[in-house]
Amino acid sequence: MIISRNMTLTLDQLTIGHRARIAAIDWARLGDSDASRLRHFGFDEGVAVEPLHRGPFGADPLAVRVGRMTVAIRRAHARAVQVIPEAAKSPSRG
Amino acid sequence: MTPAPLIAVVGNPNAGKSALFNALTGARQKVGNYPGVTVERHVGKLALPSGRPVELIDLPGAYGLDPNSPDEAVTRDVLLGKQLGERLPDALLIVVDASNLDNHLRFTLQLIDLGLPIVVALNMIDLANRDGLVLDAAKLQTELGVPVIETVAVRKRGINALLAELDTLLLTSRQIRAGVGPSHDALTLQRRARDIALGAIVSETPTRRLTHRLDGLLLHPIAGLAILIVILFVMFQAVFAWSAPPADALEAATIAAGTAIGDALPDGLFRSLIVDGIFAGVGAVIVFLPQILILFLFILVLESTGYMVRAAFLMDRLMSGAGLSGRAFIPLLSSFACAVPGIMATRTIDDPKDRLTTILVAPLMTCSARLPVYTLIIGAFIPARNVGPGIGLQGLIMFALYIAGIVGALGVALVLRRTVVKGGGGAFMMELPKYQMPRLTDIALGLWQRAAIFLKRAGGIILVTTIILWAFASFPRAGPGQKQSDVSIAGKIADGIHVVVAPIGFNKDISLALLPAMAAREVAVAAIGTVYSIDAGDEANLQTLEQKLAGRWSLATALAFLAWFVFAPQCISTIAVTRRETNGWKWPIFMVTYLFVLAYIAAGATYWIAVAFGLG
Repeated sequence: MIISRNMTLTLDQLTIGHRARIAAIDWARLGDSDASRLRHFGFDEGVAVEPLHRGPFGADPLAVRVGRMTVAIRRAHARAVQVIPEAAKSPSRG
Repeated sequence: MTPAPLIAVVGNPNAGKSALFNALTGARQKVGNYPGVTVERHVGKLALPSGRPVELIDLPGAYGLDPNSPDEAVTRDVLLGKQLGERLPDALLIVVDASNLDNHLRFTLQLIDLGLPIVVALNMIDLANRDGLVLDAAKLQTELGVPVIETVAVRKRGINALLAELDTLLLTSRQIRAGVGPSHDALTLQRRARDIALGAIVSETPTRRLTHRLDGLLLHPIAGLAILIVILFVMFQAVFAWSAPPADALEAATIAAGTAIGDALPDGLFRSLIVDGIFAGVGAVIVFLPQILILFLFILVLESTGYMVRAAFLMDRLMSGAGLSGRAFIPLLSSFACAVPGIMATRTIDDPKDRLTTILVAPLMTCSARLPVYTLIIGAFIPARNVGPGIGLQGLIMFALYIAGIVGALGVALVLRRTVVKGGGGAFMMELPKYQMPRLTDIALGLWQRAAIFLKRAGGIILVTTIILWAFASFPRAGPGQKQSDVSIAGKIADGIHVVVAPIGFNKDISLALLPAMAAREVAVAAIGTVYSIDAGDEANLQTLEQKLAGRWSLATALAFLAWFVFAPQCISTIAVTRRETNGWKWPIFMVTYLFVLAYIAAGATYWIAVAFGLG
């Protein structure tokens, strides 16, 4: 599969239920402790992610499945995560 | 005598670590604190199948040995033998969630590097199977090089196998293997963990998970919020409604015991001390135990089901509007029971300024110690009628007082974040664990531990302060035609306070109650109770305190008194814990000052508005 540059989105731009893989994480954008916690949650290149829910106010924070875990992060942090959406939207398996 | 081997139970948050610890030790556990920090230390004793006694410590959940919070720092320090007051564990019992191996194995690999004897409990294997995940424990054991036992802590499955394995471990591997040390970087370990996890998976059948479906409803922007509001509303109505029968029974029992003992004693000062001091004082507080337990019950259930974190998710944006994070929601919600554990729970907030702000506003949350005050005043002045189907006016006023505290806290947080606690913030990162059925014994244990803490306070601080107050109120003795509360020491002190609080509608009885209420807010009730039973003499003791109050205070005064207690920093323990959590006197002094100023303004405004509406 050829992935063109313009297929990359940031995690906060991904639609709910749309699966993707992490292409890159802009660690420099995050503070040290925020970066450390994201690493602890398993955020890493190549890991599968899927936004599951949005907060009721201003669509913030986001509940994101990362690997086998579901974590809550704010949009500001999700913006530091570049993702490549899966080509076809497969039915959500949760 | 050499001490029993120490086994540390360690693992990621949400691995079911505490459930396993409870399953292993049952009620034979002690809760304390690590010296210098406010991280809870849970320790328990048990005997292995061979009869060998061992000591088990439940370390705070952590994601790794590079800490992001004081809790995680304690876990690291214990595991490296650096924690003050704790010896290096002889063995580790690592708890991992079977359905989250990719993440939990990273910490496991880090722990294996330490070189201590290890058993891994592959926990919640039933939930993994329910989610369509089949694992090969034997293969995992080969890959990790340490024994792996499948467990279901909440059903006590695998416990015996685990104990037997610990026995073997302590018998055979007394020598510590040459540790590699935590030299591998997090990313290398993370990738290796994912490979091992992938290798251990036999098959995976996609299923639509229960947690995902529940989240679809409970995190829904509209339905989720509505459910949260309903849960909180039911919680506060229940605190009132369910507690009435047991509270009435306790009150009747206290009165009966006081009367019986009073009848048996000769008339005089000693009898007055027992009946008017101790029974009137402590009894008035014990009566509120049912309410406090119901509130704790709700908080424990919300926490153990996994809902509490969802509430934080829903509230994060609103909290961030006030400069706080959704993480502050849990400490602040806990502060509805008591600000002391609430302030202690703020240590899970990573950002120091978020944390400080949360600590400073925590006392504004309506803690259970205010309940006796609210209950008494509402019971005496607000008619018990329904204003709608299932909505009592008394419950509604109570609800309003809680809301006043919340709004006050958010407003204060907003101001603080723009003035004295500027900068930082903006982090909200937490795991949303799977929903779980709460386990009765875990809830009962938590409830028991909290009831013990409350009763210790009622029995200690409150007993001492009511006796001192009784002495202040009883001496010197009033002559004929004098009122006891005018001539006593307490009366003189209250005269001084009264000058300050008279403009906000407080009478002398309230002035008299404010000083002892510093020890603990609920003492205000006991104090008023003591004053009135001494003044009234025996014949009026049959009247309840509510009846006595209703005849003496105006509605405006009563409402001002309620408003005062929404804000006033009337609790020595909260001030002490704030000093400890902020490492100095600067912030507790700041907190006390701003709270008294707010309380004075709120009570004054309430009083004068009520007077203007003709309620004076």
